[in-house]
Amino acid sequence: MSFQAVMSQVMLGLNNGVFYAMLSLGLAVIFGLLNIVNFVHGALYMLGAYVALLGFTRLGPLVGLPDYQMNFWVALVAAPLVVGALGMAIERTMLRRIRKFDHLYGLLLTFGLALILQGVFTNYFNVSGDPYEGKPEIFNGAVNLGFMFFPKYRIFAILASLAVCFATWFVIERTKLGSYLRAGTENPELVKAFGVNVPLMITLTYGFGVGLAALAGVLAAPIYSVSPVMGSEMIITVFAVVVIGGMGSIMGSIVTGLLLGMVEGFTKVVYAPASSTVIFLIMVIVLLVKPAGLFGKEA
Amino acid sequence: MKKLLARTSASLVALAAASAFSAPPKEAVTDGVVKIGVLTDMSGVYSALGGKGTQVAVEMAIKDFGGSVLGKPIQVVGADHQNKADIASAKAREWFDTEKVDMITGLLNTGCALAVQKLGGDKKRVVMVTGAASTDLTNSACTPYSVHYVYDTYALGKVTGQAVVQGGGKNWFFITADYAFGQSLEANTTKFVVKGGGKAVGSVRHPLSTADFSSYLLQAQNSGAQIIGLANAGADTINAIKQAREFGIGQKGQKLVGLLIFDTDIKALGLNVAQGMQFTSGFYWDRDNGTREFSKRFFAIHKAMPTMDQAGAYSATMNYLKAIKAAGTDDPDAVMAKLKSMNIADFFAVNGKIRADGRMVHDMYLMEVKKPAESKGEWDLLKIVKTVPGDEAYQPLSESTCPLVKK
Repeated sequence: MSFQAVMSQVMLGLNNGVFYAMLSLGLAVIFGLLNIVNFVHGALYMLGAYVALLGFTRLGPLVGLPDYQMNFWVALVAAPLVVGALGMAIERTMLRRIRKFDHLYGLLLTFGLALILQGVFTNYFNVSGDPYEGKPEIFNGAVNLGFMFFPKYRIFAILASLAVCFATWFVIERTKLGSYLRAGTENPELVKAFGVNVPLMITLTYGFGVGLAALAGVLAAPIYSVSPVMGSEMIITVFAVVVIGGMGSIMGSIVTGLLLGMVEGFTKVVYAPASSTVIFLIMVIVLLVKPAGLFGKEA
Repeated sequence: MKKLLARTSASLVALAAASAFSAPPKEAVTDGVVKIGVLTDMSGVYSALGGKGTQVAVEMAIKDFGGSVLGKPIQVVGADHQNKADIASAKAREWFDTEKVDMITGLLNTGCALAVQKLGGDKKRVVMVTGAASTDLTNSACTPYSVHYVYDTYALGKVTGQAVVQGGGKNWFFITADYAFGQSLEANTTKFVVKGGGKAVGSVRHPLSTADFSSYLLQAQNSGAQIIGLANAGADTINAIKQAREFGIGQKGQKLVGLLIFDTDIKALGLNVAQGMQFTSGFYWDRDNGTREFSKRFFAIHKAMPTMDQAGAYSATMNYLKAIKAAGTDDPDAVMAKLKSMNIADFFAVNGKIRADGRMVHDMYLMEVKKPAESKGEWDLLKIVKTVPGDEAYQPLSESTCPLVKK
């Protein structure tokens, strides 16, 4: 086990970890503020990637501009907006109606939605995935980190995701807007009495949470191929991350996502076949020792 | 009405009596049509090297043959097997049972090919595999109605493996597609690497259709092996080679060797990335006048030069039709007997012969990717380094575990 081997796999693990972090962060925001176990998150991550892919390959001819290809940077903004809007429509028309019931109903509803979205995309697109070719040219090439060559785009993806994660944490935990959000979930009636439009706030929060998933989807598109099942492959791991970090804990989900990505990478050096199960092993141990999760508050 | 009924039953009795004494007169072409099914990967990782192009090739063969055989029309149907064995065998069953399909060709995935070939064996229908590579098809899984036409993992592993070991590449690490094909290719290559005095220091398996090869590549890099053998195909091979470059792997002393490469892969990678790579192929469009003539006609329709799978599907269809004509019937037993006794010689197959185990043995080629400066056109990608006679490239019949081989 050489230093180089460990460092390079851990670096790749960090690369996967930022995607875990970004997705579990969205889940944590939605669970923490809306009390919804949002199982459709993976499908919306997939949808984000498809907005980038289809924007690049199909949008131009569709609107009569055969040469138009949606730029990567445009996709970074457009995908969260499109998917966020869809998310808000889902919240308004469906999730809102089951708010007063048990968590389980939200879980089943969103799980059903995920299956529908995935089914529709599997019907129209190739299950094994299509490559996204719209990576900006400035990201061609790699940087020599001493122990390995690391592609520039991946470095960008890591930095961009970290920036988004910490900005989200800052807004929710350290700003006035964030304090409204947190108060709104603690005691909606009281916050309403202060003149805050709580239902609108909830819709926007849900839209923001799923927008994060879409953003992660766009960032992931140039690295992994875009396929209808990319979300369902990811969502199970991401839920494990949320459980380990502590349901609803913002910082918990970010830190756990990054750490577990790196643990996965490290496992690949020690015993590669275990890398796909190590996260679940950790989840079992954490649930036994600290059922509320590493960063969760005991109920 | 009564009269009609009486007359019909009388003639039925007569017919039954007649057939009891003599064999029933056989229709030369069952169902009045010869139907060929192209079952292949139309949308997935392997679609570029087979897919629609394979169907184009089969249609060309039917047209060149004249559109009919023994006075009956020849038709073609196509479907996507999605690289899933269950989908492939369900489609093949439907074709055999209800759509009068006489022969299935293509089959770009070993799992699919094994399933359909077995079904063909049960139902007595001819299956001519042009796409899949695993040697299982002509060993334990062989049937009296199966032909493995273009290449296999034995020939690939032997020709490429020997050439690389002779060039000094002794230590191998494999990145292997985790299903029957990848495992067969790794095992066959390892055998010849070891025979040549080399050794396999390790391997890692990836699922079919993987987008991110980075962690597998790093494991290969850290193994310290001289040669990273890619026992995969299609888009998987393309992704692995592209990402190896991104991560600076395969430059300092280590070398990537693709064990199954198609012209379309080289086209996708570009000569800059692929130059100097050596691999084994059963066909190259620019080999001689015959291959060029076919390939240019194919290009005019498909807008890409034919891969060995596509050219092989043309040749397989053509020879199947010739066998029907020569046998005077489309009866599978008679056609197979003809196929196994005739010489297979056309632009595709040089010194071709179909053996008892279903293996179509023909000359194979060790190819090398040209340098960008050597290329004179968009599809001027490869040069033939060495021609390996079929009997040298393929598994000898004496080693075959196919029960049809008499020993």
